[in-house]
Amino acid sequence: MKDVTFGQYYPSHSFVHKMNPAIKILLTIAYIVGVFLVSGDNYYAGFLACVVFVLIATITARVPIFRVLKSIKAIIFFVLLSAILQIFFNKDGTPLWENGFITDKALIASGFIALRIILVVMGASLLTLTTSPVEIADGTEVLLAPLKLVKFPVHEFALIMSIALRFIPTLLEETDRIIKAQQARGAEFEGGIFKKAKAMIPVLIPLLIGSFRRADELADAMDSRCYSGSKNRTKYKKMGLTYRDAISFIITGGLVAGVVLLNGVVIL
Amino acid sequence: MQVKIENLSYSYGSKKLKVKAVNDICLEIKEGEFFGVVGHTGSGKSTLIQHLNGLIKVQKDSGKVIVGEYDLTDKKCDFKGLRAKVGMVFQYPEYQLFAETVFEDVKFGLKNFYPNLTEKEMEERIKKAVETVGLDYEKIKEKSPFELSGGQKRRVAIAGVIVSRPEVLVLDEPVAGLDPTGKREFVSLLHALHNDFVKTIIIVSHDMNLIAENCDRVAVLNKGNLVKVGTPKEVFMDKVKVEEWGLELPSTAYLTEKLREKGIEIDSDLTIKGFIDGYIRAKGGEK
Repeated sequence: MKDVTFGQYYPSHSFVHKMNPAIKILLTIAYIVGVFLVSGDNYYAGFLACVVFVLIATITARVPIFRVLKSIKAIIFFVLLSAILQIFFNKDGTPLWENGFITDKALIASGFIALRIILVVMGASLLTLTTSPVEIADGTEVLLAPLKLVKFPVHEFALIMSIALRFIPTLLEETDRIIKAQQARGAEFEGGIFKKAKAMIPVLIPLLIGSFRRADELADAMDSRCYSGSKNRTKYKKMGLTYRDAISFIITGGLVAGVVLLNGVVIL
Repeated sequence: MQVKIENLSYSYGSKKLKVKAVNDICLEIKEGEFFGVVGHTGSGKSTLIQHLNGLIKVQKDSGKVIVGEYDLTDKKCDFKGLRAKVGMVFQYPEYQLFAETVFEDVKFGLKNFYPNLTEKEMEERIKKAVETVGLDYEKIKEKSPFELSGGQKRRVAIAGVIVSRPEVLVLDEPVAGLDPTGKREFVSLLHALHNDFVKTIIIVSHDMNLIAENCDRVAVLNKGNLVKVGTPKEVFMDKVKVEEWGLELPSTAYLTEKLREKGIEIDSDLTIKGFIDGYIRAKGGEK
């Protein structure tokens, strides 16, 4: 159980790590939109631009490329499935051989579908590799700020997110402990799915009760320090914008603009 | 059941970032002993004792653990049978309670280990276990474990461990968070068990008074190494060493030390009774 790590944050002091998380999230979304916009006659160039972009981002983030590629492993089934479906059901273009059911265009299309998914996942995992969960929560708070206008409790939402993230390792540790305690009492966690589910009850109930106890304690601790998510609350770590954010903004903007221009027609 | 540990090592983490928790430990705990394990936080105590019932498996080429007739390095070792014989009480055992009633919770371990017992036999053993830990069986059996007080919860949890009548009982910080009365009652419970079916008690604690007062022998761990094994007297004799290990002296050893500075030599086994007898002897008084 101890081997389970949540998220995949790769600590470093790189350019990308030091970016403002809100900007990073925003630019990742822009990049993903860019990847999906690639189409038209010049799609080769569009995809090439995206690949180059992701590689440059990986290098400047000083994250080993295999860590980024590792995230693809989890979705490889999904990638293959969409590629294979494309091969079999796309009837455009000319058959590769006489009376064959696989066409040249289908083959190319399936390749690009796979590439598209891989590129999107690489971008997203680059975000989680370079941004700690707490930073992501902070960034989300900033990005959701406009929702305050419609009375959405953005600050509370972000707080819930960071508390949840904070307690994941604690809960894993607790789970490990309870499993061991029940194993010492002869519980077995092997066997069929039904047996396994039943065996989890003596683990889940103490875990649930423990979480309520913790939540209570945390609420008391916050109360006793007069916590309130009021308007005038200031931040301990202020995250301003730096030249890094400006440069990244321009490069990503350039990528998206380039992709749109390469398409020939503006789809937006 | 004798516990025999030979050259045991254990390391956490991946290949690159190995952290040795336990390093080349050889230790023998005889049947019938009241054995203490002490050490600074992170010295590997918990890792060591969790080997004893196979909760942590012996790593490859990292030594041997033999408990009675069970060879824990053997792939075919019957861990369930072993765990019935080696009971383990974790720190804050009350956090492992889960069933709707005290009866059901205590029954959990018994049913896992001995599914062939009849309902009547089970009830008898559950009753015995609940009464052994000092609770009123009839009053408590239908109650939810979650409506009990902290001390009662802990007793129920311990009943849930001893119900399978382990020969070896391993306890990790069992008195943490107990008030003085609770502590005293707990210690007498341990002695009662020790006189009954539990043959060997292995206790991990930061409470040196508890260790000095009750243990026949003590093992000291420091940074994963076994640095000393012996009677409390042998272990706590050297004040400088004890501080080096990140431990403190039990009160009796501390007083012995202070009185020695005043020129009074007391020879005792560091139990309170032994200390008083030693003091009277040193003063030349009659008993």
